[in-house]
Amino acid sequence: MSEKERLSRELMALRLARELKPGMVVNLGIGMPTLVSDYIPHDGSLVLHSENGVIGFGPTPREGEEDPNLVNAGGGFITLLPGGAFVSHADAFAMIRGGHVDVAVLGGLQVSEQGDLANWLVPPRALGSPGGAVDLCVGAKQVFVVMEHTTRDGKPRLVSRCTYSLTGARCVSLVMTDLGLFQVTPQGFLLREIAPGWTAAEVRSLTEAPLAVGPELVEVRA
Amino acid sequence: MISLKPVYSSADQAVADIFEGATIMVAGFARPGVPQELVKALIRKGVGKLTVIANAAHGTREDLADAGRLVAAGLVRKVITSFPAPTRASVEGYPEKLYRQGKLEVETVPQGTLSERIRAGGIGLGGFWVRTGVGTVFEEGKEKRLFNGQEHILERPLRADFALLRARVADALGNLVYDKAQRNFNPTMAMAAAVTIVEVDEVVEPGGLDSESIATPGIFIDRIVKAQSG
Repeated sequence: MSEKERLSRELMALRLARELKPGMVVNLGIGMPTLVSDYIPHDGSLVLHSENGVIGFGPTPREGEEDPNLVNAGGGFITLLPGGAFVSHADAFAMIRGGHVDVAVLGGLQVSEQGDLANWLVPPRALGSPGGAVDLCVGAKQVFVVMEHTTRDGKPRLVSRCTYSLTGARCVSLVMTDLGLFQVTPQGFLLREIAPGWTAAEVRSLTEAPLAVGPELVEVRA
Repeated sequence: MISLKPVYSSADQAVADIFEGATIMVAGFARPGVPQELVKALIRKGVGKLTVIANAAHGTREDLADAGRLVAAGLVRKVITSFPAPTRASVEGYPEKLYRQGKLEVETVPQGTLSERIRAGGIGLGGFWVRTGVGTVFEEGKEKRLFNGQEHILERPLRADFALLRARVADALGNLVYDKAQRNFNPTMAMAAAVTIVEVDEVVEPGGLDSESIATPGIFIDRIVKAQSG
């Protein structure tokens, strides 16, 4: 198996952040998705939405300036941008189910070639925590997933059919892994951008589902 | 005559009539909006066989007296929650431990469906049709129906005997103002219980709050407790 260098978490977050456009309302999930907020402009050009009812939040506060009542959906301290607002959970999810959130960026365990996502229950755990991810899968206009390409023991996470319990069916449109950027199309996965130094054949060998390669395959760049 | 709500100086007094087997809603998300003094009082009281409805219930934060600490204390028979497990999969939460021992029933609910089921309970609906969970384990055992060509599942309301809430300030009528992300489940749970008890930093006279800023009107509130700490 190849020991080539994969994309760093920071580069994955930076690249995915470029898919977020001015005017979008964006929800960032717990874990790696939260890193994306380090690479977006905090000038109000896009609106960050959190399940716990913070709308229009900004970057992590400086040390010593944390407000105990100002946290994101992961419980991490945040700041509020000018024009930010607070709503209840019920209203935050009205925004999600009602189609007012443009993009949800979620972590993943597996994504299938149909765009199914599994991310809430990790075997052999008997219990998992779906949080707001199930709601985001049906409500957000687009769902992007950021995850490592393979499991710790080298098994592919881009699969033909998810074997883990689903979070949402046919909901994912884009996947960022440490080997590249993948579009979910009606024909399955399409490799759009690849980690520097890797070949499509190498990525394909670590992908369970069939993988098409775009006509203009480029490397993921910082 | 205006209807003033009782203001308790002791959380223990405010929860004194919570009975064995009661269904309790506990508000809060992470730390903001968690009624920690009421939860601590309930743990001191030691009343058991509770059904607890709360966003998170894994109980692994010992520095946070949230619904999960009721589970950790062994006072809970059933929990209805969207976070029965901590987000780090390597850590086992109290619900999983007790579930494996056959001592706890766990109903795992997507977060938006949880808040909407509480809202439905509070506003007198028999249930609601929603796409959340279609094609997943969360649809199991539920009625399905097509609306606009899309599958929906029927979700049923939740109500409780008691709701434990946290706000920044109340007036003596029970009107509540929250501080930032403290709001979360509080206004919704306030509508959905037979008895609602709120813990606040400060109590002011009627008229002492900006009416435009009141997020929970006093008609939903039964008891007020002045918190001893922030």
